[in-house]
Amino acid sequence: MAEREHSADSMLRYSAQEGTPGRVVFAGRMDAYSVGPVWASVLEAAARVAGADELVVDLSDVSYCDGAGAALLYSLEHSATQRGGAVRLHGVTGAIEGHLKPYREAETVVSARPPQDIPWTQRLRAGVSSVGHEIFAQIAFIGEYGQALLLAIRHPRRVRWGDTLRVAEAAGFQALPIVSLIAFLLGVILAFQSAIAMQQFGAEIFVADLVAISLLRELAPLMMAILLAGRSGAAFAAEIGTMKVNEEVNALTTMGLDPVRFLVVPKILAGVFVAPLLTLYANLIGLLGAALVMRGFGIPMVAFFNQVSGAVDLTDLMSGLFKAAVFGLLVASVGCLRGLQTGTGAAAVGRSTTSAVVSAIILIVIADGLFAVLFYHLGI
Amino acid sequence: MIVVDLNRGDADPIGDDNVVIRVEGLTMGFGSMVIMENLDFTVRAGEIFVILGGSGSGKSTLLKHMIGLYSPVAGRILIGGADMARAEGAERENILRQVGVMYQMGALFGSMSLLENVRLPLEVHTDLPLEAMNRIARAKLQLVGLAEYCDFMPAEISGGMQKRAAIARAMALDPQVLFLDEPSAGLDPITSAELDQLIRRLASSLGMTLVVVTHELASIFAIADRVIMLDKETRSIIAEGDPRVLRDTNDHPWVRRFLRRSETEDLPA
Ligand SMILES: Nc1ncnc2c1ncn2[C@@H]1O[C@H](COP(=O)(O)OP(=O)(O)OP(=O)(O)O)[C@@H](O)[C@H]1O
Ligand SMILES: [Mg+2]
Repeated sequence: MAEREHSADSMLRYSAQEGTPGRVVFAGRMDAYSVGPVWASVLEAAARVAGADELVVDLSDVSYCDGAGAALLYSLEHSATQRGGAVRLHGVTGAIEGHLKPYREAETVVSARPPQDIPWTQRLRAGVSSVGHEIFAQIAFIGEYGQALLLAIRHPRRVRWGDTLRVAEAAGFQALPIVSLIAFLLGVILAFQSAIAMQQFGAEIFVADLVAISLLRELAPLMMAILLAGRSGAAFAAEIGTMKVNEEVNALTTMGLDPVRFLVVPKILAGVFVAPLLTLYANLIGLLGAALVMRGFGIPMVAFFNQVSGAVDLTDLMSGLFKAAVFGLLVASVGCLRGLQTGTGAAAVGRSTTSAVVSAIILIVIADGLFAVLFYHLGI
Repeated sequence: MIVVDLNRGDADPIGDDNVVIRVEGLTMGFGSMVIMENLDFTVRAGEIFVILGGSGSGKSTLLKHMIGLYSPVAGRILIGGADMARAEGAERENILRQVGVMYQMGALFGSMSLLENVRLPLEVHTDLPLEAMNRIARAKLQLVGLAEYCDFMPAEISGGMQKRAAIARAMALDPQVLFLDEPSAGLDPITSAELDQLIRRLASSLGMTLVVVTHELASIFAIADRVIMLDKETRSIIAEGDPRVLRDTNDHPWVRRFLRRSETEDLPA
């Protein structure tokens, strides 16, 4: 059968004969699978039998030769020329010549990219100026979207509220399961750890003060902001980044739609709106978790919540929520900014997503520090 | 003689030695939406087989069924005797390495240079030394006129160039069967004609079988040995055969309009 015949010659055999001229004789099939194993030994044998003299390569018994086979023939030719010799092909068909052609042509082609040996001074200057450009881009972006936000406040009817709601749902409502889990554990852990210590002084009831103040003022806004950065900041960067890569952002621009107004404003509004709500929810769940733990320490729920309402006032709650709103703004803006800064290619989307989360967390921590100083001086 | 290499595995032979791809009673669709029903046709070794049809008629989908990316709703597709939708392990790999595909959108890997893109199939399937793989990759890019762009990233070249680079990648292993989804779309007439020549040469000098989706009338007549035409309305093949014969004898209005457009509407006034 044809198939059996074929598998018999699916191997490539060669022999090298010394003499003048030296000969390399191929038999069988020269394709990408068969030339690999013999590649190095063929080149070596050719160098041995021919040296700087002419080499005859006999292809009369070759049943099939494709581009990979031609690559081997070309390499023989090439290395012979480098030794100062030459190759004469025997039994070469038109098809083999056809396959050899692109190899010979490719050898003389030079890269279309201009040579890139730039002196280090110039590279340093380029590096510094790219940092400058980066800072400039951030400032320009803040200006651009600040303007778009002002416009949104002045003309609320021109905001894309449908998009805003959709983003808010994804960033807020759909985050409730993970928010519940984290807030509950936060409350439980805080209460449990402090209760053990307080128990020694018989002061378990003050755990309520501790948990309430730290949750409302600090931990809930911080945790929610970090969660928002991981869930939604990353999603904003990936979504806008993919649109950028697919030239959808360019399409918006040429249609006369401002990408900032169209893509960024809804996300920022959603971020500012959703972060305080999530924080409020996290406060409740966290306190509930703490209350459950304290029941185990013999403090009834009513007593716990009574103590809480005495320990914190509206200012504590509102300052936490205000912080959360600012964090939401930061997370959403940096996510969108990174998305719009995406370069080209799939890897670029990955890079901007990573950088959106990292920058958001850094900004959150810095802002939190500033708030601590500010609230201290304002006496809040 | 044309070597039908696809039988290298243990797949049972499919009777007629010359058939590389046999499509039997193929129905394809997505969910409850049926796109084509009960298609039957064969692709013979060494021929250039062109799939025609209006936009959205299911040409790309048919191509993806033929290479086993989608599984049929009903019917089956045999490549070299093996059922692509069911092939697994060594058998599947054996078929895949003898098949080259160029997708409609090119699908070059954005994080690799053109040379690396073309080299990738060689790295996966052969144990050629690196120097040999680079040489082959450069030569394939030279075939599509892109050797000077070897070290460019896909994002740095034009759409038509990306398409040609994708063809070079599909050819990297000199596969027995090459699937091309609209190779000449977006190319200027001269480059497109050069590409047609290349396609013809692949079939004639390597005995390669080509399955090509194209809309370019000039290409159809330049390359096709046989065409099938898909029809969106009836969800079936409305014409099959030599494009010149179809143009001159087929009386289906759609087929006539498709194949004669160049002669009726494009004539200079
Ligand atoms: N992944 C998918 N899910 C659902 N429907 C799809 C999917 N891919 C394609 N379709 C549908 O299948 C039909 C055929 O699509 P296909 O891409 O095969 O068209 P085509 O003939 O290649 O068109 P064109 O010439 O425009 O490329 C279309 O109606 C499309 O909506
Ligand atoms: Mg298509």
